[in-house]
Amino acid sequence: MQDFAAAFGIAFRLIAHGDPDLAEIVVLSLQVTLTAVFLACLIGLPLGAALAVLRFPGRPAAVVAVNALMGLPPVVIGLLIYLALSNAGPFGVLGLLYTPTAMIVAQTVMVAPIVAALARQTIEELHREYDEQLRSLGLQPMAMIATLLWDARFALLTAALAGFGRAIAEVGAVIIVGGNIDHVTRVMTTAIALETSKGDLGLALALGFILFSIAVTVNACVMALRGTARASAYG
Amino acid sequence: MADPMDGSRIAGILPVEAHGLVFEAGGRRLIDGIDLAIRHGPLTVIVGPNGAGKSLMLRLLHGLIVPTAGQVLWAGRPADAAVRRRQAMVFQRPVLLRRSASANVRHALKARGIRGAESRARAAEALDLAGLAHLADAPARVMSGGEQQRLAVARAMALRPDILFLDEPTASLDPASTLAVEALIGRAYIAGTKIVLVTHDLGQARRLADEVIFLVGGRVEERCAADRFFAQPDSERAWAFVEGRIVL
Repeated sequence: MQDFAAAFGIAFRLIAHGDPDLAEIVVLSLQVTLTAVFLACLIGLPLGAALAVLRFPGRPAAVVAVNALMGLPPVVIGLLIYLALSNAGPFGVLGLLYTPTAMIVAQTVMVAPIVAALARQTIEELHREYDEQLRSLGLQPMAMIATLLWDARFALLTAALAGFGRAIAEVGAVIIVGGNIDHVTRVMTTAIALETSKGDLGLALALGFILFSIAVTVNACVMALRGTARASAYG
Repeated sequence: MADPMDGSRIAGILPVEAHGLVFEAGGRRLIDGIDLAIRHGPLTVIVGPNGAGKSLMLRLLHGLIVPTAGQVLWAGRPADAAVRRRQAMVFQRPVLLRRSASANVRHALKARGIRGAESRARAAEALDLAGLAHLADAPARVMSGGEQQRLAVARAMALRPDILFLDEPTASLDPASTLAVEALIGRAYIAGTKIVLVTHDLGQARRLADEVIFLVGGRVEERCAADRFFAQPDSERAWAFVEGRIVL
């Protein structure tokens, strides 16, 4: 076990020198999470908007289901995806287990309900405001959803941000379906867990700093964007 | 310039008729068996005390809410998509999208299938008409209350509707803004658009109305030419309303 001062020193050196292993882990983490958040937004935003706008039998149950899925533990999601992608599972033939694609799938499944639930709340509020005007214009539900999604775009960034925060910091699901394989599926969170257990605190701390910096940077950017949008009455 | 009394442009959708129209909510009958027909030509103003059902009546005619009983017929037929596309409505509190003034108008035009150069031209024309050309690229929601309502009217006019419903469009505006909105309504009327305006402002009703429908308690208490309504209404409650007394 390194002493803390030495560990911090190693961490700063790794970051300052742009250590290739560190960079590889960071890049893979961002690739996996950004792809997953993008896919989750593609699924979650229209789903949330549809739940906010459309009235159909079973809608309350669908809303409850989406809200419940938002709180599903990542390890459970990881387990379900593992079962689906394992050789004996329905998608085993695709050979995706222990690949970054499997990690993207797991994170997408985890983030989509978050995006959908937050989008539903945001869109529902906007829909109450716009409803009569949009119906007066004769907009069909799909066109109404498109209008609401566009006008709520800045508010919906928060939903995407929440999803990003959950995914980038998640360890349970990606370690189950990714396996934490060096140079293949090792991402920041799984590397931190592994290196800490090995007592290699330098790399773990370096990854921790970067993870924290990413979270702060993304939050600051989104807040600045929303502030600008609100100031110009677009938000 | 079109003659507002010439109904040729709006043949096929008017008259709009309410037959035994009833609307109930929360166990209360808010519209109580209204029968009326609104024809092309005169600028129709619906007046009445608070809670008379004026705004509800407008929404029922426009198809925004479904009656509990009775029906609304357009030229003898229930409204279909084609009929709805020939109407527009302006609300008491303008509902403006989180976009520029011009984009608000173009969004409405797009909803009616008008895009591209024609959309841009119509939006520019409508904004110019409303005296908002200089604010075309400004966010609609930072405009003043009067500008926002002029934009809402301009947006409706850009659709070139055959019938324009206005629900107390000047209720929260100052006199100058009220006059500007009334001027826009006048332009639409002169252009041949059938105007149905709800107001509780008797001065506005006097300025604009050709005919008045007086609602009380969800019923049509009186309907007649504006001159007669203000000079010699038939019912006691209409007298009281015109004289500014309390009408229950």
